[in-house]
Amino acid sequence: MPTPSDPARGAVARRALREAVVKLHPRSMRQNPVMLVVYVGALLTTVLLARDLAFHPGDSSPAFTAQLAIWLWFTVLFANFAEAVAEGRGKAQADTLRASRTRTRARKLDDPTQPDHYYYVSSNELERGDFIVCLPGDVIAGDGEVVAGVASVDESAITGESAPVVRESGGDRSAVTGGTKVLSDFLVVRITAGPGETFLDRMIALVEGAGRQKTPNELALTILLAGLTLILILTVVTLEPLARYAGTRLAVPVLVALLVCLIPTTIGGLLSAIGIAGMDRLIRQNVIAMSGRAVEAAGDVDTLLLDKTGTITLGNRHAVSLHPVGGVDDHYLAACALSASNADETPEGRSIVALARSRYGQKTPSEGDVRVLPFSASTRMSGIDDEVHSVRKGAGDAVTRWVREHGGLIAPELQALVESIARGGGTPLVVAERLHGVNGSVRVLGVIHLKDVVKAGMRERFERLRAMGIRTVMITGDNPLTAAAIASEAGVDDFLAEARPEDKMALVKREQLGGRLVAMTGDGTNDAPALAQADVGVAMNSGTQAAKEAGNMIDLESNPTKLIEVVEVGKQLLMTRGALTTFSIANDVAKYFAILPAMFLTTYPALASLNIMRLHSGNSAILSSVIFNALVIIALIPLALRGVRSRPAPASVILRRNLVLYGGGGLIVPFAGIKLIDMALVAMHLV
Amino acid sequence: MTTNGWVQFGLLGMTVALLTRPTGAWLVGVYSGSFGALGFAERAIYRVMRIDPNQDQPWTRYAEAMLTFSVVSMLMTYLVLRLQGMLPLNPQHLGAVAPSQAFETAASFTTNTNWQSYAGESTMSYFSQLTQFTFHNVASAATGMAVAAALVRGVSRKGSAGIGNFWVDLVRGTLYVLLPLSLVLALVFVQQGTIQTLQTPVVATTLEGVTQTLAMGPVASQEAIKLVGTNGGGFFNANSAHPFENPTPLTNFLQIVAILLIPAGFTRMYGRLVSSPRHGWVLWSVMGLLLTAGGAASYYAEAHGNPVHAARGVDVVGTATNPGGNMEGKEVRFGIPSSTLYATVTTAASSGAVNSMHDSFTPLGGLVTMLNIQLGEVIFGGVGAGLYSMVMMVILTVFIAGLMVGRTPEYLGKKIRAREVQVASLYALIFPAAILVPTAASAVLPQGLAGLANAGPHGLSEILYAFTSTAGNNGSAFAGLSGGSTWYNTLFGLVMLTGRFAMMVPVLALAGFLGEQGRVPDSSGTFPVTTVLFGVLLISVIAILGALTFFPALALGPVAEHYLVNAGRLF
Repeated sequence: MPTPSDPARGAVARRALREAVVKLHPRSMRQNPVMLVVYVGALLTTVLLARDLAFHPGDSSPAFTAQLAIWLWFTVLFANFAEAVAEGRGKAQADTLRASRTRTRARKLDDPTQPDHYYYVSSNELERGDFIVCLPGDVIAGDGEVVAGVASVDESAITGESAPVVRESGGDRSAVTGGTKVLSDFLVVRITAGPGETFLDRMIALVEGAGRQKTPNELALTILLAGLTLILILTVVTLEPLARYAGTRLAVPVLVALLVCLIPTTIGGLLSAIGIAGMDRLIRQNVIAMSGRAVEAAGDVDTLLLDKTGTITLGNRHAVSLHPVGGVDDHYLAACALSASNADETPEGRSIVALARSRYGQKTPSEGDVRVLPFSASTRMSGIDDEVHSVRKGAGDAVTRWVREHGGLIAPELQALVESIARGGGTPLVVAERLHGVNGSVRVLGVIHLKDVVKAGMRERFERLRAMGIRTVMITGDNPLTAAAIASEAGVDDFLAEARPEDKMALVKREQLGGRLVAMTGDGTNDAPALAQADVGVAMNSGTQAAKEAGNMIDLESNPTKLIEVVEVGKQLLMTRGALTTFSIANDVAKYFAILPAMFLTTYPALASLNIMRLHSGNSAILSSVIFNALVIIALIPLALRGVRSRPAPASVILRRNLVLYGGGGLIVPFAGIKLIDMALVAMHLV
Repeated sequence: MTTNGWVQFGLLGMTVALLTRPTGAWLVGVYSGSFGALGFAERAIYRVMRIDPNQDQPWTRYAEAMLTFSVVSMLMTYLVLRLQGMLPLNPQHLGAVAPSQAFETAASFTTNTNWQSYAGESTMSYFSQLTQFTFHNVASAATGMAVAAALVRGVSRKGSAGIGNFWVDLVRGTLYVLLPLSLVLALVFVQQGTIQTLQTPVVATTLEGVTQTLAMGPVASQEAIKLVGTNGGGFFNANSAHPFENPTPLTNFLQIVAILLIPAGFTRMYGRLVSSPRHGWVLWSVMGLLLTAGGAASYYAEAHGNPVHAARGVDVVGTATNPGGNMEGKEVRFGIPSSTLYATVTTAASSGAVNSMHDSFTPLGGLVTMLNIQLGEVIFGGVGAGLYSMVMMVILTVFIAGLMVGRTPEYLGKKIRAREVQVASLYALIFPAAILVPTAASAVLPQGLAGLANAGPHGLSEILYAFTSTAGNNGSAFAGLSGGSTWYNTLFGLVMLTGRFAMMVPVLALAGFLGEQGRVPDSSGTFPVTTVLFGVLLISVIAILGALTFFPALALGPVAEHYLVNAGRLF
C-alpha cells in the first residue's frame, strides 16, 4: 500500500488542525464522555468570563479566568487533534485508493462463452452477476470471479506489490479485484459486487475510519472512564458545600479546573486515536482489518494455526541427497535422476537437476528421441522413455508397483531407506528403470531425498510467540512422521498431520471449546468455514472470494507469516490503552498536591504544608496543573499513534516494565512538569 | 511507643495468620456443601420454609431472595420497636421507639451496620435486643457471607447460569459458622467475666457514696455474635469499653481476633475454590499490609499525643507505668496500643465495636479510622462483604492494568468486558456517593449543623465520619455528632441501606456474568494475579481510588485539623 510521503505529512497536519476545530460540534463531542465534561467545563468557564468582563464583580480576576478558559479549550482541541491526526493518515491513504477507482469502461458480455461479442458499458452500471471480458491494458471494472482465461494482473494499486500475479479460472486464484490491471492474455469475469460495495469501496471506508464503531474493550474502557469521571464530578461538586462549611467560597472556574485535572483526560483524549492508529499500523503491514474487534482479538490470541507449506516451509521441496540401492553406482543413479527430471519444470525437478550436476558432475543429456511422461495424479509418477530405457520417479509404493508389474524385484534395503527418510521429515522419491531390449530387466535404482526447507528465522519467531504465551500449531497433509520431524525442526508447539480441510475446522472448534482464541490464515474456498469460525481469520488477497468473505482480515501481500505481526499489533494496541490509562490515573496524585492547598490557602493557611512543590501562588498552582494536563495530551500523541513498544516476554515481565514506566512515570512526571510550568508562568508574569 | 505495644501487634498478626487456613477450610466445607453434620436440622428448616435446597438460582433470583429476606426482616424489626411497650421481657418498661429512630435502627441491624444513635440499655427492651438485634446480628452476617459465597461460585464456575441458592447459603452460614463460633466464644467470655443474665438492673453505692444503677442483661451471647459477625452493636452504650462487655485483656485480644477471623478465612476459602490459593494469600497480604500500615500510623499518632499538651509540659512519653500519649477517650485498662489496635481493626473490618472513643483520637489517629472505612471495606472488611469488596477492587485493578500486558483484561480465566466493568464501576460509584452527598448537605443545612458538638474541621470530621461509618456498614461513631434527630435518623437509615444493598446487587450481577462465561486457560501471556507485583498494584489502585475520592473532604477535616493542632489550635 502506498504510504504518504514526507511532504504529505505537512498536509496531514494541516488537515488535522482543521478537523480538530470541526470536531468541536456537540455531535462528535458526545462520543467521548470524558472530553464532553471538559467541553462543558470550558463552555461554562467562558460564559463566566464573559459575565465577569461585562459586570466586573468585585472578587473576579478576569485575566486568570481567561487563561483558564483558553487552556480548557486547548485541552479539548488537543484531544480532537490527536483523533484527527490518527484519522488523517488513513484519509491520505484513502485518497490514493480513490484515485484508482476512476470510472472505467467495461466490455460487457451477454454470453460468457463468447468473449469476442462484447459491448461497452460504464463500470458503475455493472450489476452483480454480469459478465465482462478484460483484455491487456484494461482496468478490471469490478470485483469478480474469473470464469474463463488466464492472465497476469498488476494489483499494485491495491497491494503496493509491483510484481504481477496470475489470475485464472477455477481453483484458488480465481478472484479479481476492481481497480487492478490486466497485463497479458484475457479474462472473462463474473461480477460479484454491485457498485459501491466493491472491495475497493470497503477498503476506502475502512482506512478512512468511516462509521468506526467502538470495539468491545474500548467500550468497556469508556465505561470505566465515565465511571471514574462521575466519581470525580461527585467529589468536586460536594467540595463546594464542604468549603462553604469551612468558611470559603470556591469560584466555579476553579472547581472546573480541579475537575478537569482529575478526570482521566489523558486517556480520554487519546483513546480513539489509539484505536484508529492500531488499524492504521495494520494497514502499514498491508493488512486490512474488517473490524476493530478483530484487531483487539488478535491481541488475545492463544493459538496460531499455520499451514506448513508456504508459511513455515518454503513452498517447495529440495533434493538434498541420492541413495542408490541394490549395488547401483551412485553416479548412474544421478544420471538417471537427471534425465528423468530434465524436462520437469517444477522446483522439485529443478532441484534434482541441480543436485545431479553439482554433486555428481552429470551433464545435461543431449536432446534425443525422448518421450516425457509428466506427473499424473493417477499414476503418482513421472519419467521419460528413450531409446535405451524407461525411467520412473515417484512415491515409493507407486514406483514399486510399477517395478513389480514389469516383473522386477525390489531391493530389500529399499523399504528401510524410504522409511528412514520419511521419519527424518523428508520425502523419499524412488527412481526405477526398465531397460529396453530382449533381456530388459526392471530394477529400483535408488531414492532421491527431498526435503522441506523451513523458512529462515521461523524458529526465532515461534520462540517469541511462545514467550508471549501463544501456542503455534502446524497444519499439514503430510504423514505424522514427516510432520513431527518438520515440526521439531521449525520449533512449533504442536502439529496436525494428514489434515483434510474439515479437520482444520474441527481443530479451531476444539481449541475454542477449551476457551482459547484462535487465529489462522487461509486462501482456499475450503478454508472459508474455518476462517469464519476462527477469532482472527486472515484471508490472503490472492485467495478466493469465499475465503476473503469469511475472514475478518485480508492480507494484501498474501504472506501467511503476517499473522505474527497482526498479533503483535493487537497486543500493542491494548498495551497502549493500558499504559495511558495507568499514566492518566497516576497523574492525579501530583495534581491533588498542587490544587488542593491552593484552593484553601485563605481558610486554612496551615494546609500550605501540603504544597510540597512550593508553587508560587494559588492561581499559578491551578493554572499550571491545567496547562500540564493539556500539554501532556499533545506530548503523548506520538506514543498513542506509534504504540507502546511490545516485547516478546511473559506477561509478568511486560507488566513490571510498563508499570514502572507508565505508573511510576505517571506519579513523578507531573510533579516536575507542574513545577516547571509554574516557574515559567511566574517568569512570564502571567500570574 | 513501647515494646509491649508492638508485641501486641505482632501477636495479633500471627494469630490471625495461623487461624486463616483452618477457617478457610471450614468455610470451603460449608459453602461447597460438603459439611453435613447438622443435616437433620438443615433439612427440617428447608421443609418448614418450603425451600428446594437443590435449586440453583441465577443471580437475579438470588438477589431477589436476598432482598426479600432483608426487607421482610427489617419490617419485622421496625414493628417490634414501635410496639416495644406492649411486648414481654421489658423489666424497665421502656416505651415505643420513635418512628425515625425505629427506621434507622431497623435499617442499621439489617445492614450489618449496628449504628446505634441511642443508648441500648435505656432504649431497647430485653425482648428487642434478644429477638431482633441478636437475630439480625446472625442473619445480616449470614447474608453478607452468602453474597460472598455466590461471588466465589461465579468466579469459579464455568458456563453456569446459577450462582447457588440464597436460602441454603443463609441457613448453612448460620448453622455451621456463626452459631457454633458464637456459642464457643460466648462461653469463653462468660468464663472471663462477661455477664449473661435477664436480671433487672442492680442499684449499687459507689466508693464516693453515690447511688448508681448498673444496667445488666444477656450480654455475653450478644457480644460473641457482635464480633464474629462484624456487627459491632454493643449491649451497652460504651460498647467494648464497658467492663461487662470486655472484662479482661484476654477478652480484648479475643475480640479483635474474632472480628478478623471470618473475613481472613474468606480469602483462603476464595483462593481454594477458585483454584488459586496463592491469589487468596495475595489478597490476605494486601489486607494485612493495609491493616498494619493503618495500625502503625494510628499507634504512632496516639502515642505521640497532642502537641498542645506536650507544649504545656504534660509528660506524653509512654513508659511501663505511664500510658503517655493521647489517653482522652481511652480505657485506662487497655492503654494506647490495645485501643489503637482495636480502633484500626474495627474500622478496617467493618465491625464498629469500639473499646475507645474515636472522636477523641488525635486528628491523624481519627483519620486512620475514617480512611480504613473509606477504602471500601477492603481491609478484611465485614464478613463476606470484605471479600466481595476486595474482589471488586481486583476487577478494577485487573481492568486498568491488565491491558498493559497486551491482552483484553482477564481475571482467573474470566474476561472482564463491558458489562463486568459496568457493574464494577457502579459499585465504585455508589459508595462515595452515599458518603459525600449527605455529608455535603449536612455540612451546610441547618438540620445537619444542629447536631454538631464541635466547630471547625473537627465538626466536619464528625459528619464525614458518621456518613462514612453508615455507608460502610461499620457502625462506629465520632461521638461528637448527636445523631438522634429526624434528619440524621432518616439519612443514616437510607445511607446504610444504600451502602449495603445497592452494592450487593452489582456484586451478585458480577457473579452471574462471570459464572456464565467459560474459562480461558492460563498461559505465560496471562495477567498474573499471584505475584508481589500484583499485590503492589492492587494496593496502589485501592489507595489512589480512595484518595481521589475522599482526599478533598479529608483535607478539610482531619488533615486541616492536624495542621491547626500543630499550630496550637484546638476544636
